[in-house]
Amino acid sequence: MSAIRSIAVHKHFGGCRAVDGVTLDVEEGEVCALLGPSGCGKTTMLRLLAGFERPDSGCLMVGGEIVAGGKTFVSPERRRIGMVFQDYALFPHMTVEANVAYALGRRAEGAAARVREVLELVGLGDLGSRQPHELSGGQQQRVALARALAGTPKVVLLDEPFSGLDAALRARVRQEVRAILLAAGVTALFVTHDQEEALSLADRVAVMRDGRVEQVGTPEEVYGRPASRWVAEFLGEADVLPGTVDDGWVDCELARVRAEGVGSGDAEVLVRPESVSLSLGPAAGGRTQVEGVVVEREFFGHDQLVHVELPSGRRLRSRSLSHPVWHPGDRVRVQLDGPVSVYAAASPA
Amino acid sequence: MLPLVYLAIVVVGEPSDARDAVWSREALELMLRSVGLAAAVTETAVAVAVAIAWLTVRTDLRGRRTWAVLCALPLVIPSYIGAYLMVSALGPSGLVQDALGVGSLPSIYGFAGAWLVLSAFTFPYVLLPVQSVLRGLDPQLEDAARGLGRSPRQVFVSVVLPQLVPAIAAGALLVALYVLSDFGAVSILQFDSFTRVIYTTYRSSFEREGAAALACLLVAVTLLVLWLEGRTRRRTRAYHRIAPGAQRRPAVVPLGRWRLPALALVGGVVLLALVLPVGVLGYWATKSVAADIDWGLVASAAGGSLLAAALAAAVAAAAALPVALLAARHPSRASTVLERFSFAGHALPGIVVALALVFLGTRAWPALYQTLAMLVLAYVVLFLPQAIGSIRASLLQIDPHVEEAARSLGRSPLAVLRTITAPLARSGVLAGAALVFLTAVKELPATLLLAPIGFETLATEIWRLTSASFFERGAVPSLVLLAVSAVPLALLTFRAHFDQ
Repeated sequence: MSAIRSIAVHKHFGGCRAVDGVTLDVEEGEVCALLGPSGCGKTTMLRLLAGFERPDSGCLMVGGEIVAGGKTFVSPERRRIGMVFQDYALFPHMTVEANVAYALGRRAEGAAARVREVLELVGLGDLGSRQPHELSGGQQQRVALARALAGTPKVVLLDEPFSGLDAALRARVRQEVRAILLAAGVTALFVTHDQEEALSLADRVAVMRDGRVEQVGTPEEVYGRPASRWVAEFLGEADVLPGTVDDGWVDCELARVRAEGVGSGDAEVLVRPESVSLSLGPAAGGRTQVEGVVVEREFFGHDQLVHVELPSGRRLRSRSLSHPVWHPGDRVRVQLDGPVSVYAAASPA
Repeated sequence: MLPLVYLAIVVVGEPSDARDAVWSREALELMLRSVGLAAAVTETAVAVAVAIAWLTVRTDLRGRRTWAVLCALPLVIPSYIGAYLMVSALGPSGLVQDALGVGSLPSIYGFAGAWLVLSAFTFPYVLLPVQSVLRGLDPQLEDAARGLGRSPRQVFVSVVLPQLVPAIAAGALLVALYVLSDFGAVSILQFDSFTRVIYTTYRSSFEREGAAALACLLVAVTLLVLWLEGRTRRRTRAYHRIAPGAQRRPAVVPLGRWRLPALALVGGVVLLALVLPVGVLGYWATKSVAADIDWGLVASAAGGSLLAAALAAAVAAAAALPVALLAARHPSRASTVLERFSFAGHALPGIVVALALVFLGTRAWPALYQTLAMLVLAYVVLFLPQAIGSIRASLLQIDPHVEEAARSLGRSPLAVLRTITAPLARSGVLAGAALVFLTAVKELPATLLLAPIGFETLATEIWRLTSASFFERGAVPSLVLLAVSAVPLALLTFRAHFDQ
């Protein structure tokens, strides 16, 4: 059964269609990312699910019950959805314990025990009596998470959960949060504009653009087999080579590769930098190879991005470990060394 | 708003007398006099305030921080106390005349006195906003203008002054409205402006409709002022700081040989607006304490002031919360209109509101007339905007996500209001109540008209004593009044520091 199900949901603000027919299923116990550039409607989608906005049309279900659709509208406090806000939204006038206990209501049995339990879960067992402003950003975020989990919600929604943290902290907190969500066994849907965050944290990724879902799949699927050129370029670096499809194969400047499901005619071949390898000597295995000239090199420490100009004048990027060191002007052999994606040429950018 | 509508109905309902009152030659002269006084005071206040603001913020004036604080203090002195002290000091056979031993001083009564007193006690309304803008100005703009070959004087006129215009306009509006609605000072100084004539018309005869008609005319003048201010604001709205980066402190202008004249100007203003009134008050107070004084009367008046002002503060805060909540959380056309309407009270002179309530009380709600409830209602109508403004500001500081978070944790909107919004807005509510208390304690005309018979407040007591020229006896109630209003003022200042 789907923990979250959205069927053809629309929501507009004035003339702007923030959510334009989103259909999406999130399975129980899954961590799902809603990934898209800013303004694509992903936060509106989250607010619709939480009940802070009313959809214009379509149907939203949480845990198998309709929460919005037709004449039904369940108010936020009855949805049993935990929400973690971008700015955490901790109650500034309450201690950490009181923040978490707020989720349990005044008369709840064993409230104190539950508060302790969730604070232990997020690793803040000894900070219960602190005020929110006495905590670091990462700790505040875990309190927000604990508060959202305390009432054993059906679903937890997280709005840009890591954007308030600095880069060094982000990678660590990300894995901690994933571990907490898995330990709690809760279904989670989180919104982000950071592709690395979505790919590393989610079981499945839904890519949104202009209020629509462009593609849903595992991180490997959306990265390795993007449904459109736009998705490919949004999810990571990619260069485009023109090619011609004939009978299931495409010819481009670098190689002849399989092109399944693309009709004959002009095509675009999307090449990720890590699929391009450079070498000095003759290539092994007699694969097709092309000679190019290094024009630029960006060094990142553990790896490097080398820009090469092909005989046609097109530029291609190649990502490799930091050795060997290439210099502008070096003549290198360029070869394809990994999967590529092929789209019919009319594919919109 | 309701009182105003009722006032208009009264005027329209009594055609002949009322219309005669409006279209008479006296009314026209009255209007010219009032507007003239307002214009003169506003101009003086702006000139003095801009000069002092610049001197205390941008120059090496000795002790400029102390001067800045001293120059803001005249705000706490109600105009009627200020006027009474001026009269007792500078008037015929006043303290100064006695001390100097001269035969006669230029008359303090009439236009000159009203202009002097009102200017002295209202210029801080311009000074405070101009000072704060001047402190926040980007000094790089001035450097850039200097770099483009302008002299310091040209820079001030072409770069600094235009950026000060919105603050000057806002302050000038407050001054103009203050002068138009001021009752105490003009009455004591015997200057026949709208408010004084409305009051005497109302008291001296039974033709209350005439007073109502004049009140309507005064409202029209007030609206005109508001409209003019709105127009200037629309034209000068677009000044925002656009330079990125950390702010640098502006260079301090050395005054050089202008140091003494500058010191004389600032010192003179402080002397006139602060030292003289407080000194005179102290002098009278010591004299009257030595003489026999009716402490019981002072105590009962203080009790009346406290009771009425505290009730007004509580009611205004309670009434302001929902309006502020609506305006801050659900901005819609209806909530904006509601907010604007409640702000009408801000621009309405106290005497007009009081008069309208007198009519409502005598004709529509006789059960309320001559009760404390009526007086509290007048205070609430007049001062609700102050409470709304303060509460709204504190509501806007609350992250709406915090309320949404509470909703998604299973609480109803009402429970969220009780457990989250109200506690977080508490300091704003308290500040709003303190502000209302502060202004209600000092309020004079509405109190005079609406206080039930036998109900004395400090303001009415001071008024009664000073208008009968019992200057000595007025001193103690005045001191008590200043002391009482110092408490909420201290609370507000303290809170401002605490918030930072």
